[in-house]
Amino acid sequence: MELLGLSPALLALFVSFGFMVGVLFGFFGMGGSFLITPTLLILGYPAPVAIGSGLAFYFGTSVIAVLKHYDVGQVDYKLGAVLFVVLSIGIELGSRLVFGLEALGVAELVTGVAYVVLLAGIGLLFLRRAYRLEEVTDDDDDGVSDEEIPPIARKIQSYEVAPMLSLSSGGRASLWTILGSGGGVGLVSGLIGVGGGFIRMPAIYYLIGTPLTAAVGTSLFAGLFSGAFGTFTYGMSGGVDLTVVSLLLVGSALGARIGSAATAIVEEDDVIIYFGIMMLLASAGIGLSELGNWLGVGSLDALSVVLLVGSSFAVASIILYQVLASSGRAETTARPTSDGDDRR
Amino acid sequence: MIESAGLPPVVQATALVGVVFVQAVVLYAGYGVLERLVSPLIDRVANTSA
Repeated sequence: MELLGLSPALLALFVSFGFMVGVLFGFFGMGGSFLITPTLLILGYPAPVAIGSGLAFYFGTSVIAVLKHYDVGQVDYKLGAVLFVVLSIGIELGSRLVFGLEALGVAELVTGVAYVVLLAGIGLLFLRRAYRLEEVTDDDDDGVSDEEIPPIARKIQSYEVAPMLSLSSGGRASLWTILGSGGGVGLVSGLIGVGGGFIRMPAIYYLIGTPLTAAVGTSLFAGLFSGAFGTFTYGMSGGVDLTVVSLLLVGSALGARIGSAATAIVEEDDVIIYFGIMMLLASAGIGLSELGNWLGVGSLDALSVVLLVGSSFAVASIILYQVLASSGRAETTARPTSDGDDRR
Repeated sequence: MIESAGLPPVVQATALVGVVFVQAVVLYAGYGVLERLVSPLIDRVANTSA
């Protein structure tokens, strides 16, 4: 029996995986498309479909994120518009590269290897952050406020290579810096099907040089439109599986609500180490899948799905468990005493 | 892909972007309404069992 062209098991997998990804990324504040594309690759979807569907999923989650934070903080609209154009060019080039690699028969391999490196890198960054959180005390605060521009960005801005673009924060950035950083992020997005928020926002903050609040808002603004463009580009060649994207979004929209509500209850510091480990396991899962393809051992694919999907289920479950445990504790302490007062 | 094989790719791709957009808006609003309806119910059940 098939529903929407998928087996009930696959249908349930996509909705529940979308839900878990939504919980994770509602909690950690990321898009989550970088877990979707590799999962689709391991499940046997062709690289252009896995990448296109990952980008369409990213676009859907961006719409929800913008609706949720419709006052996206400070947005540098001029920079956002330039970035949108540059990101779109990068995505277009990346997608052409994917179809070229597909013609050569190496698209899955290149995308898989890129994901192994990317997820391992993110995992190590989160583990480093978890390690630092243990060491850092309030006295160690580096004193950088959200409104300041980081020293490396000030250094880059000091090289005035014409044409220069005035930023809403008062500074000026070379158009070449914007072209380089935006084009690079767009190329990565188009090549491996990630929204790229986790590299776009740091690129705006550290390379172009805007205050952190403006970097977040501008990244969201540019990301929404570049996500739409990526969906359009892959949609032109039939590289988006709308059924898969819809099922993932159904789960993820609910999960993201629960995940973002959980931030008020669960400390990010308590689960960040699990998130880092999850990324490393996901990276290992994709590596195993590539190894299985190379050696012709199909059973490694099953193990890689378990590692990739299982690790994200495990971390999302830890967050949900902590929410339930905290709610239980809060209820116990808030239970009224004999004289009617709360003990809270 | 959208069942509109007879349409030009540009129209199909534009429709795809529109469908994903509308779907995201509907899901966001729908779950928002659901949350508003369910939250008081959960609170009432929790208060009754406490």
